[in-house]
Amino acid sequence: MNFSSVTIALRGIIANKMRSALTTLGIMIGVASVIVLVGVGSGSAAASRKQLEGLGSNTLTVIAGGFGFGRGGGTQSRKVTITDADVKALEDKQNAPDIAQIVPTVNASNATAVLDGASTTPQQVQGTTPNFSSVRNYPVQYGRFFTQADYDAHANVVVVGSTVVKNLLGEQADLSSVVGKPIKIGGKTFSIIGVFKTKGSNGIQDQDNLAIMPLSTIRDTLSGNSGTVDGLTIQAANAGATTAAQSEVTSVLLAQHKNASQSDYLVLNQASLLSTQAQNNRTFTVLLGAVAGISLLVGGIGVMNIMLVTVTERTREIGIRKAIGAQHSHILIQFLVEAVLLAGIGGMLGVAAGVAGTHFRIVNVQPLVEPYAVFLAFGFAVFTGLFFGIYPANRAATLRPIDALRYE
Amino acid sequence: MSDTPVIALRDITKTYGESATTVHALRGVSIDIAHGEYLAIMGASGSGKSTLMHIIGCLDQPTDGQYFLDGVPVATLDSFALGVVRNRKIGFVFQSFNLIPRTTAFANVELPLVYAGVKKAERRERARSALESVGLGDRLDHTPNQLSGGQQQRVAIARAIVTNPSIVLADEPTGALDSESTAEVLDRFDGLHREGRTVIVITHEHDVAERAARVIRLRDGAVIEDVRQSGHLPSSRVGAQR
Ligand SMILES: Nc1ncnc2c1ncn2[C@@H]1O[C@H](COP(=O)(O)OP(=O)(O)OP(=O)(O)O)[C@@H](O)[C@H]1O
Ligand SMILES: [Mg+2]
Repeated sequence: MNFSSVTIALRGIIANKMRSALTTLGIMIGVASVIVLVGVGSGSAAASRKQLEGLGSNTLTVIAGGFGFGRGGGTQSRKVTITDADVKALEDKQNAPDIAQIVPTVNASNATAVLDGASTTPQQVQGTTPNFSSVRNYPVQYGRFFTQADYDAHANVVVVGSTVVKNLLGEQADLSSVVGKPIKIGGKTFSIIGVFKTKGSNGIQDQDNLAIMPLSTIRDTLSGNSGTVDGLTIQAANAGATTAAQSEVTSVLLAQHKNASQSDYLVLNQASLLSTQAQNNRTFTVLLGAVAGISLLVGGIGVMNIMLVTVTERTREIGIRKAIGAQHSHILIQFLVEAVLLAGIGGMLGVAAGVAGTHFRIVNVQPLVEPYAVFLAFGFAVFTGLFFGIYPANRAATLRPIDALRYE
Repeated sequence: MSDTPVIALRDITKTYGESATTVHALRGVSIDIAHGEYLAIMGASGSGKSTLMHIIGCLDQPTDGQYFLDGVPVATLDSFALGVVRNRKIGFVFQSFNLIPRTTAFANVELPLVYAGVKKAERRERARSALESVGLGDRLDHTPNQLSGGQQQRVAIARAIVTNPSIVLADEPTGALDSESTAEVLDRFDGLHREGRTVIVITHEHDVAERAARVIRLRDGAVIEDVRQSGHLPSSRVGAQR
């Protein structure tokens, strides 16, 4: 193939602007949808991965289950609870050798925070232990997290997430400026000692819309002391020990609560749940990719259609070319180049449109540009041009010169 | 070498269609054409002139009979070899010009050289000089629809001769031209003849045929007259039968 074939082919494309544009559009839509849909699939996979990271490593979540329907009945919503005694029992290395850390949490519901006259209601106001920051993977960016000393002193200190600060002081707020300031939460005054590093969304909720204080403090001020906790985060000794830790938690809790059954406690190994979800996401991505691939195929058939029309329309031209000495291969290459150029231009526009499209949130997922999807889609578009161009091009090339010349 | 005719036709027939609708376009034509001859083919409309020319130009195959080109039986050539013959040995000029639309005069003339695999620099040089030789050195970048009929036909002639073929075939090259353009084109054919090429022209016009050294007349697909004119014979002799 030489430069002239490309020039000749380009001339053919330009001479039929509208038709070429429509054909390119078909390919463009195919390529763009492959990129965007694969992007959505991998974007949602990335969101789960982020969620997994947000949880901290090797952690289990324990929630007292049996909501509402149990023997307790009445207004009591929980049949069983997790008590301070349970936490003690779990801390016993004898009972639960695979548990490294326990982070109990107590929630205060609907506590409004007020700072300098502005107010907001954080999604979560929780009391917990000093190991929360490391186990739950919530590093502090400005100031500090509370210490065992704060905990023991029942100090009125709080560490807030960046969203809370922004909700109070506006998007542009200087996060470090709130450290040391007093804040009213649920009517009580606390001193802000730290601001968490922004974690962003985990794909389900904003992880920065929270206020964390010592468990001892929250019981004094907001939640009252019932001797129970609302949830536990348990860190296993290592990644391989999460399953063992999971069964230890269950057996300790059952031993503690003689009249409870296994289903009363929800021990979530979220890491494994999320990896299952990631698996599903991959299936989802493949499925989306396949749907998009079909539209690319349809675009390819469009190329073939146009090339067949082009060949018919330019039969006389093919006759002239043959009369002045064009060989089979010359004609074949000319029309193949034209088909591949059409598909290639469509593919390029599709890549641009697809990459642009991934900048928008789609079904609440931020799509990711997957280089493999870009190359695959573009490559497939060019291949489509080649594949669907061969038949019309060959038909043009095998015409007898006299038949082509006589064609009206 | 001059003993072997460039073109030797032996009992060529060409039949179109089947049974009831059969048309015998050529019914046994035998002609020998020597190297460097200037030949005019005449005859009424439908007498088979174009059919014969297409066979000579290797654009079509006869139904029966043999065609030797430079002593080689054309029937034995494959499509690649026929392509090479059309490209190098024969230049074809059509009545309807048959330039490639939306393509400049220069690119049209260059095209046979592209197919011949000539290098770009040489291609440009030869295409330019071919166009200059037909007096269109200043129209290189004009597309066919920007040229007059006579100019288009001269571009077509430039394209036919750019590969330096030994045979030039023209099917009513002046059919669509006025008398002035006709003269320009015919002068060019005279020149090609002087350069030693074999020139075959189909025509209806006597003043065109007059320039040829030999006139063949067809009727109903058969040769009815084959006259060699010494010098410029009066046109009345050929025109008498019309
Ligand atoms: N493709 C074809 N199919 C059927 N018949 C054909 C075909 N081409 C030519 N013919 C017939 O063959 C005969 C010879 O045609 P040809 O074109 O050779 O005539 P011609 O001498 O060139 O005429 P004109 O001077 O009008 O160009 C005509 O009767 C024509 O109808
Ligand atoms: Mg004719």
